[in-house]
Amino acid sequence: MTDLATTLAPERTAPVPVRPRERSAVGRRILVGVLAILLLAALWELIKVVVPDAGGHLGEASVLPRTDDLAMPHVWTIVDRVLEPETSATGSPTVLSAMLSACWFTLRVALAGWLVGSVGGLVLAAFMQRWQLAESALVPWVVLSQTVPLIALAPLVVGWGGRIHLGELEWQRWMSVALIASYLAFFPVTIGALRGFQSPPAAQVELFRAQAASWTRTMRSLRLPASVPYLLPALRLGAATAVVGAIVAEVSTGTKGGIGRLIIGYAQSASGDPAKPWAAIIAAALLGLVAAMLVSLLGLGLGRYRYAEVT
Amino acid sequence: MSAVEARGIGKVFASRSGDVSALEGIDLTVAAGEFVSLIGPSGCGKSTLLRLIADLDVPTSGELTVFGKTPQQAREAQDYGIAFQQAGLLPWRTVTANVELPLELHGIGKAERATRAAELLSLVGLDEFAGHFPHQLSGGMQQRVAIARSLAERPSLLLMDEPFGALDEMTRERMQTELVRICAESGAAVVFVTHSIPEAVFLSQRVVVMSPRPGRISAVIPVNLGDERGEGLREDASFFAAVTAVREALHGTPVTARGVDLR
Amino acid sequence: MTAASVRRWAAPVVVGVVALAIWQAFVVGAGIKPYLLPSPTAIVEQLLLVVPLVWSAALATGMNVLVGLVVGAVVAIGAAIVAARSRMADTLLSPTAAALSVMPIVALAPALNTMFGTTSTTPRRVVVSVVVFAPVFVNTLRGLRQVQPVHRDLLKAYAATPRQITRTVTIPGALPYLFTGLRIASSTAVIAAIVAEYFGGLQNGLGSRITSAASNSAYARAWAFVLGAILLGLVFYLATLALERAVARRQGG
Repeated sequence: MTDLATTLAPERTAPVPVRPRERSAVGRRILVGVLAILLLAALWELIKVVVPDAGGHLGEASVLPRTDDLAMPHVWTIVDRVLEPETSATGSPTVLSAMLSACWFTLRVALAGWLVGSVGGLVLAAFMQRWQLAESALVPWVVLSQTVPLIALAPLVVGWGGRIHLGELEWQRWMSVALIASYLAFFPVTIGALRGFQSPPAAQVELFRAQAASWTRTMRSLRLPASVPYLLPALRLGAATAVVGAIVAEVSTGTKGGIGRLIIGYAQSASGDPAKPWAAIIAAALLGLVAAMLVSLLGLGLGRYRYAEVT
Repeated sequence: MSAVEARGIGKVFASRSGDVSALEGIDLTVAAGEFVSLIGPSGCGKSTLLRLIADLDVPTSGELTVFGKTPQQAREAQDYGIAFQQAGLLPWRTVTANVELPLELHGIGKAERATRAAELLSLVGLDEFAGHFPHQLSGGMQQRVAIARSLAERPSLLLMDEPFGALDEMTRERMQTELVRICAESGAAVVFVTHSIPEAVFLSQRVVVMSPRPGRISAVIPVNLGDERGEGLREDASFFAAVTAVREALHGTPVTARGVDLR
Repeated sequence: MTAASVRRWAAPVVVGVVALAIWQAFVVGAGIKPYLLPSPTAIVEQLLLVVPLVWSAALATGMNVLVGLVVGAVVAIGAAIVAARSRMADTLLSPTAAALSVMPIVALAPALNTMFGTTSTTPRRVVVSVVVFAPVFVNTLRGLRQVQPVHRDLLKAYAATPRQITRTVTIPGALPYLFTGLRIASSTAVIAAIVAEYFGGLQNGLGSRITSAASNSAYARAWAFVLGAILLGLVFYLATLALERAVARRQGG
């Protein structure tokens, strides 16, 4: 009979070897990235040419997008728009600078959330590694929480803004956003760290046991280094979900200043200014990439622990 | 016609640090119905030689024929059956379906496949496990399925690459006895790669001893233990004598007798 | 049942019950206002009142998830097959999938609403498909690539045609990976479908109900819809998990 814990236990896949990254590979990656963007732009324009302006319907459902300049502006229109001022008001900053400052705002909130969530996840994973009972009791809940849309709670945290006082500290809206981001980062990191801590084979664990090494010592010298291949992808995934969480939370809490607000605000002006919403989307995409890249930098100093990576 | 005919075979692998010569000047003839073992330390090229015969790799130099054809022709005509160290069973197929695989690939009808698979499974003593999946079998049973599969098309040549290498000693000896019986029944020639001296001696009519860097044949030792090879043979003086002969050939010097202290 | 399996079953249940009890006691005892946190009993009370509404909303969202999951998976499988065959396609597709997996896809929702019309369900389904693409693509490709050397040698020794190799070894070997990808994708798909509703458009799904209940200060009702969302996520997770296990069992995993 399979029981709940094994049913819900994280799968144990073997590490996938990481090829050593050569310097030329970085240049190649950039080239591929540029090529992919160019192809995407070409595909975009092709769809505009091929698909009728009114889009396509299959019965009730619309299956092809409207392709007029209102719904799908030309690529060059979008690029132009990014470089122009945000509004017609004099002294208005360009859309680009608005994008960058929104990214910066959301990035900080998301990283704050990611940091809190990751530390929490590591601590919980160590706790579960230490006490088998805690693992049995909590892992099903952690896995479940990861698979159910807890992000749905986001609109409910809105109510907290300005209404909670923790001593001197007044609860700010951005804290609600960071809280949701941390919540989303927490689960992948917990699971990744737990799998990593449990990854050393019995022979290695028994070696430490035979030397009468303490739990802390085993954790520091064996489990923590061994967890790196599991932890890095988990931290990266955590950063990506933290960004999603921050954006969604901004939208549902109506927090100003970040990408979420920019997406909604620009979407509202879509009828008069069709290129603007796409600028916000590009900013969001870049934000996700930057957050993942920042976390990947953590891996740079950990070369010798990264003989493999498990996603 | 001989089963395998190799003349001056060489194989060079290109690697980042230059070319590596895996085999050099290999001359070997395996007669039809003959059991020949290839033995030697790791890196002596014994598996490479087997793979060349199977046309899984191509020799860099020399001439190689299998039943008078090129290895490729022989492979395409399915003149040989093959078994590896890993059983290599497809995990999503039942034991029967695994044995049927080669027949299925070559368009043999369903009914005929079923009859042949049943025959083969009783030959290797696994009739009861026909409907099982590989993971439900022990390592030795999996290997027996792999051997049944290699015999599916009644090949006149069997190529075996350490098929018992991962088995425990007891299972191994039982499998060897069975293999001797199966070969006697099928009359196929066998090229058998191993690194166990008693195994090579017990099974073969000739033991080909190889040495590494580059892979060469250093000795060919005829073993004439007769066709009736039962468990008793393992205790026989002629068996030990042959084991000693192979061991000496492997080490390149006579093995010092027990009790003589050379220090 | 052995002691170990009792512990494995009982421990999580005990934790759940205790957590609920503490939640209830904390909310009632400390007089927490519903806008901060309603009590579990208040949520269940509301849920019973709005069951038909939760059901229809879950159906609408669930349909978006299902269609998006199927479309996204089909596209991803096709792309993985192409990438497994062509090196050039792989160098383009793999980094794209990696980039997609870290981007907040849901940001596309408002623009898709403009493209497909705000009264259409298509924008949400497109968001779900894009979200599903990366995990299914990555896992399927890994599966297509993992043919064991011994199987490759074996099929070559049998002089099998490329078509036979694909049918007997490559596809059956890749299936478990494909279903693992689908299982991973299913949870993100549900999340994406719900979150996409926060960005405007049709007001018939769970996400829209949560926002509208929250903006009407009906917090317990909003939580009841959240509970519905959790159940929907669970349904998709368990369904794909069952599929994954059924396939893995055939493989002896």
